[in-house]
Amino acid sequence: MVNKRRIRVMVAKPGLDGHDRGARIIARAYRDAGFEVVYSGLHQTPEEIVEASIQEDVDMIGLSSLAGAHNYLFPRTVELLREKGADDIIVCGGGIIPDEDIPVLKEKGIKEIFTPGTTLDNIVKWVKENVKPR
Amino acid sequence: MASIFDKKIFDEIEESHVKWNKKLEKDFSSRPERLERFSTVSDREIKRIYTPKDAGDLDFMRDIGFPGDYPFTRGVQPSMYRGRLWTMRMFAGLGSATDTNKRFHHLVKEGQTGLSTAFDMPTLMGYDSDSPKARGECGKCGVAIDNLKDMEDLFDGLPIDRITTSMTINPPASVLWAMYIAMAENRGIDRNVIGGTIQNDMLKEFIAQKTFMCPPKPSVRIIADTVEFGTNEIPRWNTISISGYHIREAGSTAVQELAFTIADGIAYTQAAIDRGLNVDDFAPRFSFFFNSHLDFFEEVAKFRAARRMWARIMKERFKAKDPRSWWLRFHTQTAGCSLTAQQPYNNVVRTALQALAAVMGGTQSLHTNSLDEVLAIPTEEAATIALRTQQIIAEESGVANTIDPLGGSYFVESLTNQMEEEAFEIIKRIDDMGGMLAAIERNYPQQEIADAAYNYQIQIDKKIKTVVGVNKYVTDEEIPVEVLEIDEELEKLQIEKTNRVKTERDNNKVKEGLAEVGEACAGNENIMESLIKAVKSYATLQEVCDVYRDVFGEYRDPGIY
Amino acid sequence: MSSVSEKVIAGDVRTVARLIRDIDDGMPNVREVLKELYPATGNAYVIGITGAPGVGKSTLVDQMISHLREDNKTVGVLAVDPTSPFSGGAILGDRIRMQRHSMDEGVFIRSMATRGHFGGLTLSTRSAIDVLDAMGKDYIIVETVGVGQDEVDVVKSAHTTVIVVIPGMGDDIQAIKAGILEIGDIFLINKADREGADKTLSDLRLMTDMDQKKHEGDKWTPPILKAQAVFDTGVAEFLEEIEKHRKYLLDITEGLQFRKDKHRVQEELRDMMKNRLIEEVLDGLTETGEFEKAVDSIVEGKLDPYTACDNIVLPALATNTR
Repeated sequence: MVNKRRIRVMVAKPGLDGHDRGARIIARAYRDAGFEVVYSGLHQTPEEIVEASIQEDVDMIGLSSLAGAHNYLFPRTVELLREKGADDIIVCGGGIIPDEDIPVLKEKGIKEIFTPGTTLDNIVKWVKENVKPR
Repeated sequence: MASIFDKKIFDEIEESHVKWNKKLEKDFSSRPERLERFSTVSDREIKRIYTPKDAGDLDFMRDIGFPGDYPFTRGVQPSMYRGRLWTMRMFAGLGSATDTNKRFHHLVKEGQTGLSTAFDMPTLMGYDSDSPKARGECGKCGVAIDNLKDMEDLFDGLPIDRITTSMTINPPASVLWAMYIAMAENRGIDRNVIGGTIQNDMLKEFIAQKTFMCPPKPSVRIIADTVEFGTNEIPRWNTISISGYHIREAGSTAVQELAFTIADGIAYTQAAIDRGLNVDDFAPRFSFFFNSHLDFFEEVAKFRAARRMWARIMKERFKAKDPRSWWLRFHTQTAGCSLTAQQPYNNVVRTALQALAAVMGGTQSLHTNSLDEVLAIPTEEAATIALRTQQIIAEESGVANTIDPLGGSYFVESLTNQMEEEAFEIIKRIDDMGGMLAAIERNYPQQEIADAAYNYQIQIDKKIKTVVGVNKYVTDEEIPVEVLEIDEELEKLQIEKTNRVKTERDNNKVKEGLAEVGEACAGNENIMESLIKAVKSYATLQEVCDVYRDVFGEYRDPGIY
Repeated sequence: MSSVSEKVIAGDVRTVARLIRDIDDGMPNVREVLKELYPATGNAYVIGITGAPGVGKSTLVDQMISHLREDNKTVGVLAVDPTSPFSGGAILGDRIRMQRHSMDEGVFIRSMATRGHFGGLTLSTRSAIDVLDAMGKDYIIVETVGVGQDEVDVVKSAHTTVIVVIPGMGDDIQAIKAGILEIGDIFLINKADREGADKTLSDLRLMTDMDQKKHEGDKWTPPILKAQAVFDTGVAEFLEEIEKHRKYLLDITEGLQFRKDKHRVQEELRDMMKNRLIEEVLDGLTETGEFEKAVDSIVEGKLDPYTACDNIVLPALATNTR
């Protein structure tokens, strides 16, 4: 069949916080934008997320965190991808992330951070522009 | 009984209403209405105007009456705020037990009358700070409590015989409560004297907040144990705070919040009755916890409808005889999900309006969010402004001068009726499924909330609903807000502290205590005494919760989107 | 042998994952790899699980994985979820219920979307099964929603096909009767604590008995089991039945080598040819824009669909058969 590449995305909830409103909404928005979305479910360690992302061969991981643990969980995910030689998978984050944390996270390899108030359209647009299905 | 309005004047009203509408249509034909459709934040359509006809079936004595009288539409106590203002209870918890203890002392000094504890995620999930699952989360959105030592530090020097303590904790609520009781007993304070609340509402966790540990059935059993123990042993404790707050935060509508919360209350009441308890022995200690969202009138109506519904359910469905069983007493928190990271000072105004709605709705206690809550744990300054907001409403605005000031408003009474009716319909659907546990198994409430949340987000994205500073009146320039940082060192220190406790305690006693907890869980015996004994031996939170997980199994996210 | 094939056979997770992606995305380069892998396949036991949404298939698969892992068997899972017909996207949520196995090296879980391709699902799933087989998984479980014909075909190609129902489905049992009853080797009534489980059992029994009469001579009578997968109740017994079925197949199919079963090979080869033809011809036609033009003409009432079809297909066939 002719090339039918679709964007595949893992929407993941790292850590113990269960506030999945944002993650679920973004998963729907991605689906409605034509992406294939694998949802990790709640309470995942970065290790579990990375392993699942590799098995699912996703192009991007979207991490959602609302409990202040992003400074550990987000960079840890990128680090594990690197260890596994899978750092071509783009990592983005969203949730309650203070402004001053953003440059630090970006420096550690998180490609983009979406804070509350970013519209779904803008997030989808960003993914379409920055994530190319391989 | 007398209808609130003389129905004879209805024809006259109708005639004038038609005339008025015609005149309006003419005006609007040249300059249309501001919006195509006027609706609440929950997408409830609102009419141009409300008249006595909209509240036409209301019977004053049957439906509204006086505060303190059944069905309590206007308030549970006769005197309401004329007697005593609501309790200003600010949620606090950060970092270590010692840090939070300092904040508590500060709040008590500032005039706060009740303490409210926020725990960190590992504590909320029943993990110790040294668990691999806790990495990066220790002390991040509340205080870390691993064992009795932390509980002792948390309340050090605080007059727990005089102030009440609320603990926002769910799957491990029984364990934290046991620690609190143990801490009090070790200080020589009697079980009769301590007072407070544990949230202890697992159903809303499966529905909305998703902090879960064991499957629904054993979770409800543990709750029934705490209710039974509280009824018999700790009479001043509210063993459950049936919470709509999180349901709303997860994106439900106001009516869904109302219906699912009351349906949860029905399930807990039934569980306690099935345990053999007399409804009037425990129901007076049930309390509720609602969200106060942005849509002012809809929220006021929700609170009023909730009181009336619960009274009717307790009296008619559960045949409670003690009027205190009919009371729906509730705590309110302003809507965290309504706050914006953009132009954060606007959050002070949002919170003030939401707090006002809670007061107009007759809340028993109130937490007002801090302007920076959407960014991080509040700074002391921000938390003080939030507390001052309540004090201004209470003591400057004059709204607490009279009871239920919006009672009798055509609009508010009509909304109250509508919401009650719709919520009862949802409860009926849940009853038909076999009750809330069965409905949760079917993912019914989860799916309804997921749909409502998505619809709301789409309305914001399409600018059908306005969020000031986010999709309208946007400014590029951001005013910097000072944000409280939690020291990353804390995790290390907390783990060290827990390890120290583990080496200093008598491990044989711990083993024995945990074995007893295991036996109580596996059998039918009430678990509370065994828990108190175990935590007194400095068994850690996770050690006890691992017993739960072993005996009852672990619940996993069914993944509804 | 290409390095991709070597890595697949060595069990390299990343390579396997990417190869399945290429299969799913219809990349032409995969054919060569699949040819190379073919001799390394035929060793895994394939279990197909199907049933309506909400019957608890993923939870069942999750428990099956645990049991098989206790027996030291390695497991591959392909969980197929429907693609949204509106957007072409999909939320693949089955994995959530199995995610506790994600750190287990003996388990590989892959979510796939049905996408919209003409019969391509069956083929791409079969190819994905081959890949997991070649990587050395002992058991491969394929989970699909038992609705479309494609999904039914997918599980049909398994060694053991399991149909999962729940009590009180009423009309849905009738639907099974109409569609996929005859493909079930085992029936499982999940959530068997719910009201109506016995009624469902007797309904199913009646239907399978009737069906059995049509297949006089078959020695396998599909068992009907009860389970509560969420509590791991009845799952061990269920796996024992699968084992019985495996032994039954061993007796009649020369060591489970379906590829030596002429009837099956015929069917699979025909599918493959059909698909290849679609790939080579139809996709080319839709790409040129002729298709869209024809659609517009039909919509505008300028052309009937029969003529439109002739106009596109006949010249293409002429070119292709030359």
